[in-house]
Amino acid sequence: MATETTDTLVVPSAQAHTGQGLGTGNPADAFVIEPARTRTKKTPRRTRTNFEMLAWLFMRLSGVVLVVLILGHLLINIVLDGGVSKISFAFVAGKWASPFWQGWDLLMLWLAMLHGANGMRTVINDYAEKDSTRLWLKLLLGAATVFTVLLGTLVIFTFDPNI
Amino acid sequence: MPAGTLYRGREGMWSWVAHRVTGVLIFFFLFAHVLDTALVRVSPQAYDSVIATYKTPLVNLMEYGLTAAILFHALNGLRVVAVDFWAKGPKYQKQMLWTVVGVWVVLMAGAFYPILQHTLRTWFGG
Repeated sequence: MATETTDTLVVPSAQAHTGQGLGTGNPADAFVIEPARTRTKKTPRRTRTNFEMLAWLFMRLSGVVLVVLILGHLLINIVLDGGVSKISFAFVAGKWASPFWQGWDLLMLWLAMLHGANGMRTVINDYAEKDSTRLWLKLLLGAATVFTVLLGTLVIFTFDPNI
Repeated sequence: MPAGTLYRGREGMWSWVAHRVTGVLIFFFLFAHVLDTALVRVSPQAYDSVIATYKTPLVNLMEYGLTAAILFHALNGLRVVAVDFWAKGPKYQKQMLWTVVGVWVVLMAGAFYPILQHTLRTWFGG
């Protein structure tokens, strides 16, 4: 029986992005979850910016840099030279006496926080179904991110070894 | 199993799940880590006392777990970049995942003693 089971419209695969159906012509499509961020009638045909594409590109570029920064950070702080045993205020003071490590940590802080915040934004968009829940979670995320980035930046720039 | 319960399964979906779970874990640690490091602006004693908890056996083990999460996220992230930017990436995504898993196992085995040496030396001397 090839009767309609839902109001999902079957469209050719070339039009699958319109959200009017999955386009394979298979009646079982009615039970399959639609692709994420499917274009709907409400989706503007043109947006002012390429924000989502830039965010996608940023994740890849920052990710590659973070592999070097974070694995280097782990290697020096908790793998080599006795592991975590050596970490103390004096160890931090020794590292931040060098502009190289100050710059390393500053770049790592900014890239990791922005990479992580954008990842969390994606997770919130995927799982929080209510508009208001998404809004509040993203506002909280934004506030926490700005606070943490500014705090960390302030700490690196105002560090005083003779405190 | 009703359709829709599992997206596609196999390497593609499970690596995506693991990437997401490790990413969220790392992000929450990052918050805590910036806050604990900020104690260097309070006093050397305040910083050293919070670092003392990093040297307890349980937290030391959690550092090994954090390293495991970061290393998987890093290696699988490089695989995602390869899938997106390398013409043959999608074709070899499964092979690349098993390469990621292999490299991860070797590096985690190598990191076992260096990261946990603080606890191991406390327990067994040396």
